[in-house]
Amino acid sequence: MARTTLTGSRIRERRIMRGMRQAELARQAGISASYLNLIEHNRRRIGGKLLLDIAAALEVEPSHLSEGAEAALIATLREAAAERPAAGAELDRIEEFAGRFPGWAQLIAGGYRRLAAMEQEVEALTDRLSHDPHLAASLHEVLSTVTAIRSTASILVDTPELEPDWQDRFHRNISEDSRRLAEGAQRLVAELDAGETRETAQSVPQEEVEAFFTAQSFHFPALEPGGGGDPARLVAEAEELTSSTARAMAQALLERYAEDARHLPATRLLPELPKTPETLNPAALADAFGTDTARVLRRLASLPPGEGTLDKVGLVICDGSGTLTFRRPLEGFPLPRFGTACPLWPLFQSLSRPMMPMRRPVRLAGRSEGAFLTYAVAQPKGAPRLNREPLFEAHMLILPRVPGPNEAEEAPRVGVTCRICPRSDCPGRREPSLMGDAA
Amino acid sequence: MSKNVLVIEDEPNIIEAIGFILSRDGWRVATHSNGEDAVEAVRSRMPDLVILDVMLPGRSGYDILRDLRGAEATAGMPVLMLTARGQNRDREMAEAAGASRFMTKPFSNSEVLAAVNQLIGA
Repeated sequence: MARTTLTGSRIRERRIMRGMRQAELARQAGISASYLNLIEHNRRRIGGKLLLDIAAALEVEPSHLSEGAEAALIATLREAAAERPAAGAELDRIEEFAGRFPGWAQLIAGGYRRLAAMEQEVEALTDRLSHDPHLAASLHEVLSTVTAIRSTASILVDTPELEPDWQDRFHRNISEDSRRLAEGAQRLVAELDAGETRETAQSVPQEEVEAFFTAQSFHFPALEPGGGGDPARLVAEAEELTSSTARAMAQALLERYAEDARHLPATRLLPELPKTPETLNPAALADAFGTDTARVLRRLASLPPGEGTLDKVGLVICDGSGTLTFRRPLEGFPLPRFGTACPLWPLFQSLSRPMMPMRRPVRLAGRSEGAFLTYAVAQPKGAPRLNREPLFEAHMLILPRVPGPNEAEEAPRVGVTCRICPRSDCPGRREPSLMGDAA
Repeated sequence: MSKNVLVIEDEPNIIEAIGFILSRDGWRVATHSNGEDAVEAVRSRMPDLVILDVMLPGRSGYDILRDLRGAEATAGMPVLMLTARGQNRDREMAEAAGASRFMTKPFSNSEVLAAVNQLIGA
């Protein structure tokens, strides 16, 4: 039996909302009522023309019935359930839950995300003494000075017939130390105050950066040639960026954006795009524009929204440690939040094939088994330097794909992250899946 | 019997105060205030006891202690560690590094005297 998907539950929901009988909908869609019943109970996968027909009969957009943002929502719900297994959340009915109660589901997912962000913050605060060298140094100085004063004062009080020379010396020391103590105490207070104002952000910096880029649809007209904007001003004006870490991260990304735009303006790239994503060749584009493939990939993920033939793209960038340093999510291809990504992604494969641009179709294991086309390349970050090992950085552009009859079968199945991946025979698995072996 | 102590501490007024009370107690006091060559200072003087601050310029007291414990000549030398932080973790680290005794700043003169005398079994 196929894995359940959301689509069926939603068709049922919509049909009941319209007060339409199953037989009636089946007739309009040209299928038997029993087959529709299987679909509605998520026992048959549905797509293509049949989905369009049912959507037309229900008078809704097909995208409202098929999966999209809900895939990411369900992934988050699964993570939330995994955090509190004792609660006994009904994992086998998670899709039904998200489909029937989207508002409540969002509430739980939002609460879980907020909890994760706050846990990170608490960890940062408790670790402050060990990780804030300024604070530790100030504290050490104050305590050392107090020690010196205490020790010296007790010598003055407890030593009978202390020689005048020693007496003078210790008096001088106490006076000196008390001055230092006053200064040290002030510094300590200043350090603690700074801690209060420094990072009061509720979210993690990566999320702020992503929210900022998402709000701009990943395109910054001000940074295109002749746009007249500069990264520092954009960062200063961004409401989403509240922490200094997030501002620094956004600034670095925008500076790279501006440099990319200088070398390869969106206006020059747009006319060169192929008619369909299937024939996209980033390496050839890089060659034609005299630049590198990674830059082309970044530019393809920062084109003005609604223009050109590629309006649905995702992009992930990682460093040599596999840490994701940039994420532009794509509908249907959820990117892991804090956790680590699937090692089968062409993004990571490209790290072991440096400098070779790759075109790799993939299927997303589980859920809709969505088909995607990826382009990946790993290349050194920055200009080469004499006798220095280059630091590699990998890029992966993700495009949605309409699978042909056989094509989807050839594409390897990759996951999002192990915990929510149903693939059972995976050599790259790091931890058991929460989804059982239902794949 | 003369008791030799080496005080490794970078705070001059603490050195002076501790030096004073220890010498009044009959100790011969030598001092050293740099972390980097503290191990050499211990080796060349071979004192009966070392008082070692954790936070020193150049090198951490824990590293110095580990070196001392790793060398045969100083493996069993009594070492009193001083730290400005009394948390359990610091105590554990001091114990793991091989401290004979651990004392948190600000300490009192009598505590230091009692500790050093107990350490050499006087």
